[in-house]
Amino acid sequence: MSYTFQFGVIAQYQNEILAGIWMTIKLSVASIILGCAAGIVLASIRSMKTGIGRILVDAYVEIIRNTPFLVQLFIVYFGLPGLGLRVSAVTAALIGMTINLAAYSTEIIRAGIESIHKSQIEAGEALGFTRLQIYRHVIIMPAIAKVYPALCSQFVLMMLASSVCSAISTKELAASAAFIESQSFRSFEVYIVVTLIYLALALALRGVLAVIGLWLFGRRVARRTAVALPEVQA
Amino acid sequence: MILRTFGFSEFGFLVSALLWTVVLTIIALSGGGIVGFVIALARTSTHKWLRIAAATYIQIIQGIPVLMILFLSYYGLSLAGLQLPPLVAAGASMTIYASGYLAEIWRGCIQSVPKPQWEASESLAMTRVQQYRYVILPQALRISLPSTVGFAVQVVKNTSITSIIGFVELARAGQLINNATFQPFRVFLAVAALYFVVCYPLSQLSRWLERRLHARSHR
Repeated sequence: MSYTFQFGVIAQYQNEILAGIWMTIKLSVASIILGCAAGIVLASIRSMKTGIGRILVDAYVEIIRNTPFLVQLFIVYFGLPGLGLRVSAVTAALIGMTINLAAYSTEIIRAGIESIHKSQIEAGEALGFTRLQIYRHVIIMPAIAKVYPALCSQFVLMMLASSVCSAISTKELAASAAFIESQSFRSFEVYIVVTLIYLALALALRGVLAVIGLWLFGRRVARRTAVALPEVQA
Repeated sequence: MILRTFGFSEFGFLVSALLWTVVLTIIALSGGGIVGFVIALARTSTHKWLRIAAATYIQIIQGIPVLMILFLSYYGLSLAGLQLPPLVAAGASMTIYASGYLAEIWRGCIQSVPKPQWEASESLAMTRVQQYRYVILPQALRISLPSTVGFAVQVVKNTSITSIIGFVELARAGQLINNATFQPFRVFLAVAALYFVVCYPLSQLSRWLERRLHARSHR
């Protein structure tokens, strides 16, 4: 292989790279917040014993988890305008990521809620907690504490999967890479640099999530979060 | 200008493209299975450096997007002077991707075989290879089934990413049909439905295996 690597070329494009990183971070943070919030709500509906809500949530979770993220993006970006709802590439990416992450969060948080023992709730009642207090302090927070590492792994996977949004022309990090490649023809160098940036972002996000875990749930949860590798969700 | 509409022959094209999705999934799972198995063994080895090397490999693969693995192998291979058809580039990158995750899944399974099993087989003067062959791996295999099938669902879905480098599988076929019909909503819903038809039974199988495994271990 007689190829001379020239990484110097890429330095000229640092503005594109920084803009791409910034967009990836914005999309990831926004979809994590929205997806997690939706996950909590949906998992709560799902944990009810009966009702149409439970069936709907189940259907939503199964449909999203058994179809590719890329196709979901296509439906949002190319399909919705056909129904008279035109969205920009960034909005489509955010909607797609939120819909996708909400389904996975629902499934993970549901598992957490199911692991809360009934006697805990009875103890809450015995202490004179209101229903809302029981829900918040006895069910939701302990449930999330239990599944927090798995939830964070899913967040990291979502951040990495956001690279696919470049396929619908969202200008995030992978799109920056494609742009620089088309300008400089230094494909291999560009993709090595951008891959390393993604690796750094994944480690940084895991670190930030571990700190948040430390603040919310204490040291034990934070440590499990820091070392956990993405758990594979079926 | 006459536009085609999304009819039976278009749907037939999607179904034939689904075949390539399945082929790519099989390549990824068998290739990734072999590489992942070796790395899982290295990860649980008694040599410290082998363990560290395997752990680093897993961390890197799980810390970068599949799309980047795809681009790197696509352009990397062509730099090495190999002009490979997209199927090989796609197969190679999906293999690398699957190996990183399968290695971690199987490491967990090997390590979840109870310690006394190792001690007992050692006291029978088994060699390390014999321990793996007759005692550890048969048990680890059963534990690994639910999560391996669950991961297969991820692989099926992630093969859609290879459409970005132009490999014509289901997602790419959907784009092609859409370019000819301009009925994106209908076309991509059909594409999603086809993915669902493959993935949902696998998800359910994974769940059923999981329940059966738990039922057996709690008996």
